[in-house]
Amino acid sequence: MTPESTPPPLLQLHDISKAFFGIAAVKAVSLHVNAGETLGLIGQNGAGKSTLMNLIGGVVLPDSGTMTFKGQSYTPRSPADANTVGIAFIHQELNLFTNLSIAENIFINQFPRTGILRSIDRAALKQRTRALLHSVGLDMPPDMQIERISPGERQLVEIARALYQDAALIILDEPTTSLTARETERLFAIMDQLRAQGKALIYISHILGDVLRVSDRIAIMRDGALVSHEPTRAYTINRMIAQMVGRSIEQLYPPRTSTPTTETVLEIREVTASGIVERISFALHRGEVLGLFGLMGSGRTELARMIFGVDPFDSGEILIEGQPVHKPSPQRSIQNGVAFVTENRREEGLLMSIDIANNIGLVALKDFAKSLLQTIDQGELLESARSTASALQLKSGDIAQQPAKALSGGNQQKVVIAKWLMSQPSVFLMDEPTRGIDVGAKYEIYSVIDQLAANGSGVLIISSELEELTGMCDRILVMSRGEIYGQFERGEYDEERILRAAFREIMTAEPMLTEMKS
Amino acid sequence: MKIRGVSLPQFLLNNSTIVLFVSVFMLFGLASERFFLPENIVNIVKQAAFTGIVAVGMTFVLLTAGIDLSVGSNMYLSAVAAGLLMRQQNFEVLPALIASLIVGTLFGAFNAFCIVRLKIIPFMTTLATLVIGRGVGTALTQSQQIDFPERMNEFGQALVFGVIPMPIVVFVIVVIAAWYILTRTPFGRQIYAIGNDPEAAKKAGINTNRALTRVYLISGFCAGLAGFILVSQLGGRVDRSFAEGREFDAIAAAVLGGTSLFGGAGSVFGTVIGALLITMVQYGLSFNLVNLYLQPMVKAFIIFLAIFFDSLRAANLYKLKRRFIRPLDGLPADPQTVGRSPIEAARTIPSGD
Repeated sequence: MTPESTPPPLLQLHDISKAFFGIAAVKAVSLHVNAGETLGLIGQNGAGKSTLMNLIGGVVLPDSGTMTFKGQSYTPRSPADANTVGIAFIHQELNLFTNLSIAENIFINQFPRTGILRSIDRAALKQRTRALLHSVGLDMPPDMQIERISPGERQLVEIARALYQDAALIILDEPTTSLTARETERLFAIMDQLRAQGKALIYISHILGDVLRVSDRIAIMRDGALVSHEPTRAYTINRMIAQMVGRSIEQLYPPRTSTPTTETVLEIREVTASGIVERISFALHRGEVLGLFGLMGSGRTELARMIFGVDPFDSGEILIEGQPVHKPSPQRSIQNGVAFVTENRREEGLLMSIDIANNIGLVALKDFAKSLLQTIDQGELLESARSTASALQLKSGDIAQQPAKALSGGNQQKVVIAKWLMSQPSVFLMDEPTRGIDVGAKYEIYSVIDQLAANGSGVLIISSELEELTGMCDRILVMSRGEIYGQFERGEYDEERILRAAFREIMTAEPMLTEMKS
Repeated sequence: MKIRGVSLPQFLLNNSTIVLFVSVFMLFGLASERFFLPENIVNIVKQAAFTGIVAVGMTFVLLTAGIDLSVGSNMYLSAVAAGLLMRQQNFEVLPALIASLIVGTLFGAFNAFCIVRLKIIPFMTTLATLVIGRGVGTALTQSQQIDFPERMNEFGQALVFGVIPMPIVVFVIVVIAAWYILTRTPFGRQIYAIGNDPEAAKKAGINTNRALTRVYLISGFCAGLAGFILVSQLGGRVDRSFAEGREFDAIAAAVLGGTSLFGGAGSVFGTVIGALLITMVQYGLSFNLVNLYLQPMVKAFIIFLAIFFDSLRAANLYKLKRRFIRPLDGLPADPQTVGRSPIEAARTIPSGD
């Protein structure tokens, strides 16, 4: 039935595993790719696809397991090793120099040279580039600057570079995210052609229809493990999604103790930023925990940053407690009672080497500087910080002494929340509030979120963990490619349907938008 | 070549150097028509030579998004070395010039060592060597002025082929060599790549450490050369404030010429224009007898304008580099090229159960 038995595979992985800080990212994956075929690789965010590809590309080293490439043992120590043996990795964000020409980008490290000065052989450079561009169907002058060509054309230039390096295996990670329909078609045609020439391709994408279209075989990952791996004809979109979701992992959520009111605390009206988000409208109510789900790159973090005033947007309006916000800025947002728990607490949320008490007091410093000289009343600050910390059941040493970096991830997150609590916000924006926090501590964070809502705040949780949103939220909005693409009320949660919306496989956006306008 | 749909302000911004250059030139000409006399123009080019040479070296550094604040001190130290050798060891001009180049290049090597090996950021490294360089020079001379022998003065006044002033010839040679390196050699193109995206440059297999080292060596070499040329033009005298603050002229000339402080953009040709512009401003102000105390302010204003334009250009670039999630509006309205609609995408999906 399958031709797998006849030729030896080009790349073979045996029981490859990789863990980061004790958390398994890739679990005993065995997989192969043959010359002249395309392997589609899919899975939810965090399923381990990227780690697996980074292992193949030499970006990270495996903890255990072996790889063979072209029949030889393959142990890459760096991306350069992968290049040498003939593995090219085309990342989602392109690695091209926008200030140089197409030809220079392809040959940047191996210019053809001429003359006694060993200078660049410009004639040969042009000629060879032209030939390479021809083979990827790109009809452009070799000295065209990269910044003047479209994302799709840049993608093809990267492929031309891979061809020039004589790659036998080309890994494409989400190559179509910024391409137009025509560019995508062109890319697929080139991929078919490469496959016919005996190249092997690994194609990673969230657009399942495309994966079905280009792949010979499909591998599905979930929680670091390979859960399904068969020829493409064995799959339908439905089966792919079902496999990606899988059976739910055991995880506990505290009971919700409050119900949303009808009073709106935050309203977003038609917020648009060209090329990033498009006509986003929704309302957040007092006492509500609202989830915002989307795949990576769907624009969810960008949207949160716009709401908080970090990034600008082109048109639309943000209302807080019914009042339109004029020229949003973080400072104004804080004044208006909006708190933003960022995705990256190490870099944006906390001052790591500063003690906990001062971290907690940071946002509300002004309230502790009431004297004439505006000096900070340390005693009052400490007392206030202590009571907030104990309300959140912060597990720490002396909060006036211990620096924030000495805390566990879950407790650090509590400090971030405590910090915002001091200014008594009515709106909480939380971007991936439980990322990198172990299961037990997650439960406590969820309890805190529930408390915030019970005390009358509106909480918006952005997450790529669907489980946690269905476990905690009263309502879930789904974002896809910069648009709100679906809305689900508690009670009608269905992970498959939500994931479908995130993959744009169903459309529920239209009725919701009209409903929001009323 | 083409001004495809670029608005006038955008066009002026992209060509701000030429626009500034022509306006300033015309302005001085209006103030005094004798300004246009050929001898004045030759004078400007001659005086621009040493600034231009340092600025060309600086261009290499700026292209990698680095900076070399130590060039003024380097010029001083190189000139001191040449002067001491000529006075005490009775060196001829040519060996003294070579000594000056060696000292300049070693100075650059020290910068490169700190930046590439010790990983100290270029700004701090060269700020420190700015002070160190002048300190060493002052110690060597015990803060005394050095008077070069008369042959140094003759060298400065020499005319090549009996017509072209020596500094101009040296300047032209440096410019051609630099242009050749930057546009015609792999090293030159890799400098641009590093300035554009250092991470991607590493991934592409470029030896970024080696390239950075060379860049600071070149800057040091140019400073050594410029120091020597300047002494010869000043009549062979070096005191302890010699070439002080020249790093600002060099940086300003490069930036005026369109070299970005953020790396990756710039050309030798632009730097030449920038150096001529800066020198012309200084020369023109003196020529028109502008109050001596106002001159630094006018010069500073021109430099401010240049750097302001650079940041406008950078902001523009940043906009272009932003990550886009959705296909951009305003791309061709051809329905084929617009991002696939959900309906279209849905159609390609085989129906399930």
